Amino acid sequence: MDKFSVFSSRLVEKSENFTSGHRACQGCAEALAVRHVMKALGRDTIVAMSTGCMEIISSPLPLTSWRVPWIHNAFENSAAVISGCESGIKAMMRKGKIPAKKINFVAMGGDGATADIGMGALSGALERGHNMVYVCYDNEAYMNTGIQRSSSTPYGASTTTSPAGKMSIGQRTQKKNMAQIAVAHNIPYVATACSSFPFDLMEKVKRAAETPGAAYVHVLSVCPTGWRIPTQDAIKYGRLAVDSCVFPLYEVIDGKYKLSYKPYKKLALTEYLKGQGRFRHLTDKEIELIQQRVDKDYERILRLSKEEE
Amino acid sequence: MARQRKGIEVSIAMADAVAQADVDVIAAYPITPQTHIVEHLSEIVANGELDAEYVPVESEHSAMSVCCGSSAVGARTFTSTSSQGLALMAEIFFIAASMRLPMVMALANRSLSGPLSIWNDHTDTMMVRDAGWIHIFVENGQESYDNVFCGFRISEDPTVMLPLAVNLDGFILTHMIEPVIYEDNETIRKYLPEMRMKNALHPDNPVSMGCFAMPEIYTEAQMSREQGLLNAYPAIVKAWKEWGDLTGRYYQPIETYRTEDAEYCIVTMGSYGETAMEVVDALREEGEKVGVVKIRLWRPFPFEDFRSAVEGKKSLIVIDRAISFGGPGGPVALELRSALYGRPNAPAIVNYVAGLAGRDVARSDFRKIILEGKAKASKGETEGFTLYGLRG
Repeated sequence: MDKFSVFSSRLVEKSENFTSGHRACQGCAEALAVRHVMKALGRDTIVAMSTGCMEIISSPLPLTSWRVPWIHNAFENSAAVISGCESGIKAMMRKGKIPAKKINFVAMGGDGATADIGMGALSGALERGHNMVYVCYDNEAYMNTGIQRSSSTPYGASTTTSPAGKMSIGQRTQKKNMAQIAVAHNIPYVATACSSFPFDLMEKVKRAAETPGAAYVHVLSVCPTGWRIPTQDAIKYGRLAVDSCVFPLYEVIDGKYKLSYKPYKKLALTEYLKGQGRFRHLTDKEIELIQQRVDKDYERILRLSKEEE
Repeated sequence: MARQRKGIEVSIAMADAVAQADVDVIAAYPITPQTHIVEHLSEIVANGELDAEYVPVESEHSAMSVCCGSSAVGARTFTSTSSQGLALMAEIFFIAASMRLPMVMALANRSLSGPLSIWNDHTDTMMVRDAGWIHIFVENGQESYDNVFCGFRISEDPTVMLPLAVNLDGFILTHMIEPVIYEDNETIRKYLPEMRMKNALHPDNPVSMGCFAMPEIYTEAQMSREQGLLNAYPAIVKAWKEWGDLTGRYYQPIETYRTEDAEYCIVTMGSYGETAMEVVDALREEGEKVGVVKIRLWRPFPFEDFRSAVEGKKSLIVIDRAISFGGPGGPVALELRSALYGRPNAPAIVNYVAGLAGRDVARSDFRKIILEGKAKASKGETEGFTLYGLRG
């Protein structure tokens, strides 16, 4: 498969497999991520999608935004559904019932479908090692149902079920680290990505699809509606998340860590937090505590990928 | 495999049938009393006797999800579960029918918790009665074996395209060693063609499956589901007829035993039919004009077959294996009462719920139920139900 050795938008696949006309909110970086992912995967792909924003916006019966075979079954089971698709096609190809052909099997879900309700199904599929890619579009809360907290919501964020108040800082728990949970399954490929870095995202998705066995790609997907930022700033906030090292981009190939992008100058956490409505209640003292945590997590990734600060 | 008669455990005969049907994908999670079926299947796959993917999932919820995925790509799909497993997969069980995904499930009927019990009754299957699946009930090992083939044939029929459950009583059937006639592979191939799904998921013909529906179209989607299930009826009758022509073993949606001149009948569903026939034989010796009506096809319910089977009878004694709590009786009796409601000279219905969680219902109990039920009917005591054998 070709690699984007020259990072030029002109070299990106022109055809759209996830088409325009869907009903995503203005400035939705998750829909953008889906578009990039589908460009990288190409037409010979079967997608199983969990219930959530991307499913709802793209498939109101009798319409569809999908130019590839696509199946939605339920909220928590896209990893299991794609396991079934992969097993069925594999068996039928082996038995000569259908012609042999390379097909990408891809499951997609939001952070709720991945880190919360679908954790069992995902863990089972990764453990069984189906030849599949699981893409998690992480917008850090249940945005489809109206910004409720998930286990992927970061500490301190105010959501409709973890509201900031006199007795509450907002989300009281630390963001669940799904990429690390995927790594713990000893699968051959795990990566983090963000739609603000489209070439990196597409290359990682291609690599994941090329890898035999199960692969996991965790995509930070900025949600202007839920993060309470202006719609034109979705790309900017994705960059800030990466440049402030809140969300480092890296790959874990056969257990070996590789940092994909090292910011020229690590930005202060406040650069990322300020301007986001979900963090506006945080005090300097609280931000300092979060900064310490971010630094510690980033140092760990640097250490694992043998990079120097 | 050549045609042969074997003494074999019913679960193993069923697994052998699945292998003979040349399935592509089996996804299952262990739960008593279904385990012997899937254990034997994984062994058959491990020994290379069946070329299939055996997906050992982490839960029943994922078992049904994997089955949906494999059926959606057009692969012949089998699964098996019981009780709590069925309850856990119930969400996806409904979706499988709404997406018109053909597959066959061996549903080893077992009571639902709580209290926890591994034994047999019909409380699990009644929970998913309204899911839109085709439900067949079998009485013995031979019927279990046969209905795997008939099941795939019906489920994958282009006019049907619905998932199908073969309900067999847990332990009473699954763990019983019985004589079963195995058909040769030639007969099976003749009867059961390869699965051909018109709109399977494949990059050569991209389709979107499982789109969500706004209120403007949800009602129509449900009607198409209802119509699909009703349309299955002729395909079911045809599949059973052709199986009978090949093997000599014919099945009917409603089956009767010694009912021609019967004044009253006992109605059963599942393995109780066999005991009921023996008891009826004995009662006939004593001059009782009694027969047996057995429900084989539970969904789509064969209303016309049932009405003509019981026409002119004075009363029906219906044995249920589940309770509809707070309702007027067991689910089977409810169905039959509504099938006959408002019809002139309809037989009176007396309802017993018996054999919950495997409590033994012996021949003497059947005899008691039949005679007591007949007396109740003649006195007009037809309200509600009696929980048979309840200790005071």
